[in-house]
Amino acid sequence: MNIHFSPEDEAFRREAAQWLTDNLGGRFAALRFRGGPGDEHRFIDERKAWECHLASGGWTCIGWAPEHGGRGASIAQQVIFAEEYARAGGPGRIGHIGEGLAGPTIAAFGSPAQKARYLPGIVSGKELWCQGYSEPGAGSDLAAVKTRATQDADGHWRISGQKVWTSLAHIANWCFVLARTDPTSHGHHGLGFFLVPMAQDSVTVRPIRQITGSSEFNEVFFDDARASDLLGAPGDGWKIALALLGFERGVSTLGQQMLFRTELDEIIRIARDNGAARQADIRSRIAEAWMGLTVMRANALRMLSEDAGADEQRAALVYKLHWASWHRNLGKLAMDVLGEAAELCPGEENAPYALTRLQSLFLFSRADTIYGGSNQIQRNLIAERGLGMPKEARGR
Amino acid sequence: MHFSLSDEQKMIRDSVNALLAAQSDSAAVRGAMASDSGIDHALWSALSQEMCCCAIAIPEAYGGLGLGQVELAIVEEEIGRHVACVPFHATASLAVNALLLAGSDTQKQRWLPGIAGGDTIATLAGAHFARQHGTGSARWQRDGDGYRLDGHFPLVSHAHIADLIIVAAGSETGTALFAVPAGTAGLSAQKRATMDQTRAQGALTLNAVWLPESARLAQGTADVLENILSRAVIALAAEELGVAEAALQMAVAYTGERRQFGREIASFQAIKHRAADMMLKCELARSAVYYAACVADASNVDDRNSAGALHDAASLAKAYVSEAAFFNAGSAIQLMGGVGFTWEYDAHLYFKRAQSGSALLGSPALHRARIANSLLGAEEFAA
Ligand SMILES: Cc1cc2nc3c(=O)[nH]c(=O)nc-3n(C[C@H](O)[C@H](O)[C@H](O)COP(=O)(O)OP(=O)(O)OC[C@H]3O[C@@H](n4cnc5c(N)ncnc54)[C@H](O)[C@@H]3O)c2cc1C
Repeated sequence: MNIHFSPEDEAFRREAAQWLTDNLGGRFAALRFRGGPGDEHRFIDERKAWECHLASGGWTCIGWAPEHGGRGASIAQQVIFAEEYARAGGPGRIGHIGEGLAGPTIAAFGSPAQKARYLPGIVSGKELWCQGYSEPGAGSDLAAVKTRATQDADGHWRISGQKVWTSLAHIANWCFVLARTDPTSHGHHGLGFFLVPMAQDSVTVRPIRQITGSSEFNEVFFDDARASDLLGAPGDGWKIALALLGFERGVSTLGQQMLFRTELDEIIRIARDNGAARQADIRSRIAEAWMGLTVMRANALRMLSEDAGADEQRAALVYKLHWASWHRNLGKLAMDVLGEAAELCPGEENAPYALTRLQSLFLFSRADTIYGGSNQIQRNLIAERGLGMPKEARGR
Repeated sequence: MHFSLSDEQKMIRDSVNALLAAQSDSAAVRGAMASDSGIDHALWSALSQEMCCCAIAIPEAYGGLGLGQVELAIVEEEIGRHVACVPFHATASLAVNALLLAGSDTQKQRWLPGIAGGDTIATLAGAHFARQHGTGSARWQRDGDGYRLDGHFPLVSHAHIADLIIVAAGSETGTALFAVPAGTAGLSAQKRATMDQTRAQGALTLNAVWLPESARLAQGTADVLENILSRAVIALAAEELGVAEAALQMAVAYTGERRQFGREIASFQAIKHRAADMMLKCELARSAVYYAACVADASNVDDRNSAGALHDAASLAKAYVSEAAFFNAGSAIQLMGGVGFTWEYDAHLYFKRAQSGSALLGSPALHRARIANSLLGAEEFAA
């Protein structure tokens, strides 16, 4: 057991750091540390250009197999890149849903033709994706989706229904949609996993204004919209939908931790400057935050360890509950360190409700404990899968 | 990166676990608790002599196995899991680390082989961080061609049965460490009655104890003592990890059997969610302990930055895992209801062991303050 990266990995780290430093200057300099949670609606065109630029350097999809356009980077290297990306202040990735979710799923379940059709657009940074899972009646209970998919006379699949909370739908080229292929089915059965182009009249995207005043997520209406592909077979939807959720494996969350560290560092700097660091309660909470972050990183390294086994799967099971709760608490700590000054908005032009980075953190982090399986759902999963306790009773 | 146990490390874990499962069951623990010495001698022989567990962190040159703090943590975890009544932490972590970090080659030659072979029980008095109160102290002074020590420590792990006691003492010229064999004139130790009866403690008095020059550990400074304690804190945290896990398992097993309102109580979401929080604490505690043990193995204590990283990691492990163990042991009592409150069921053994582990070698509050000083500067509490 050790926690060291190999010399080759350290060389990879220097290469990545160098590229990022060299390329986050000039026309992309304004993007540094932008577009993160709570700021994700900003600099959209510039960040699209950045995705393509990143791709031109070979830094998108690095963990993908070479035949899919990736570098076949090891987990350690993916971790390193994510860390360096965050450390360098790389802007919030708008290609992450394609790179982290859609791409690996298509690579695992798609036909050769489907891989050839969709993967290159993700690798090049030109085609952006969004995730069409949640619906008004299907949140935590995802298997309750009602959106319908029917085959027309030519054999094309047509989608009708409503999705909600769809992040980045307003800029995405594609949406992967979980829809019911068998109208008589219930729950996990009779679902399909569809790839749907967003640029068609029968798809309507309506932004939803969030707690931060900005709109990162949307309502999406499909009115007999054309799906360009079905992944797998009708009825495979649930299996594929769950597999997709498993693909992330926390690699990107390690990069996220580097972002968390810069947030904590900023809070520490403010506490020292404004004297909050002299209050015993604040000192203790800052120490607690540092502990939570350090243990988060150690836990993630355990999950991502090369010879991970059952023990490490247990570490993975608790990870989301920990980081989400930790980040939410960090937001409150930031406000408490700022004191009254936390109330003052910077008042930028063209932004009636412009927030500071820490205000965005405070507000946006309330979502962390809701999306991707809320804290309550995480606890159900931990108890049932990790401890073998009885499953939740279901209503009708 | 291989942040998971190697096959050899898993073997150590499994064989220690098998030994303790067989020899440190509830009846054995209760027998040792009620005994005069407070330890289970047969178990201690098996662990220290047959399995050579005290030899783990001792270099081969001194009769040891030449392994490190990770392997030490593995054994400690199993000891906590079985609330075993043995002087393992005192001997294999506190005293061994003191001799390793502060002793000269001659001093190591003199003491470590006996510990490695399981013939010497050893401990450390003065095993506390400067700001903790009520832990006693000793003073040293030159006396002829040797030293004179005076002092009193009300609570020293296994002092009453130790063959060797490393004493940390102060003077105007600073902290020094001395190797004091049991039986030295002026040295007396008595077993104390303690709330946690699975971790025996002794009171130690030094009344004009005279020691030769050779008894003073060559590198025994305050800084080195802090490094010793940081390592010892990680081992103690590992033991508390075992406590946290055992408490969780006990609660899950019980709630899966017990029925109320026509169903197993484990099917109530309030129970499941508490158990999930306990599991989260176990897993993060495991990450914290082994992360800190890896830092300890990689750290070069002569380098300030490296020692600083060790102290931070140790305080993290101690503060986090102490609270995890206490939360889990307390939750186990709650989830078990009335039987959790009885002497007959083992929940109280874990609860008390969690409490003593949390109090010893610095409370979570102390370790959080240590981290805050490292992050924010030692600007002490402005009123
Ligand atoms: C910022 C943000 C971005 C998002 N992006 C996307 C996206 O891109 N694509 C997408 O498909 N979805 C997205 N979502 C939706 C997200 O996945 C859902 O919000 C989430 O699944 C919860 O569903 P819900 O909002 O309907 O809440 P509900 O399921 O109605 O939950 C309400 C409350 O009830 C609790 N609860 C529900 N079931 C149980 C239970 N069995 N036991 C105990 N408590 C329970 C929940 O924990 C919660 O506290 C996003 C959400 C947010 C906040």
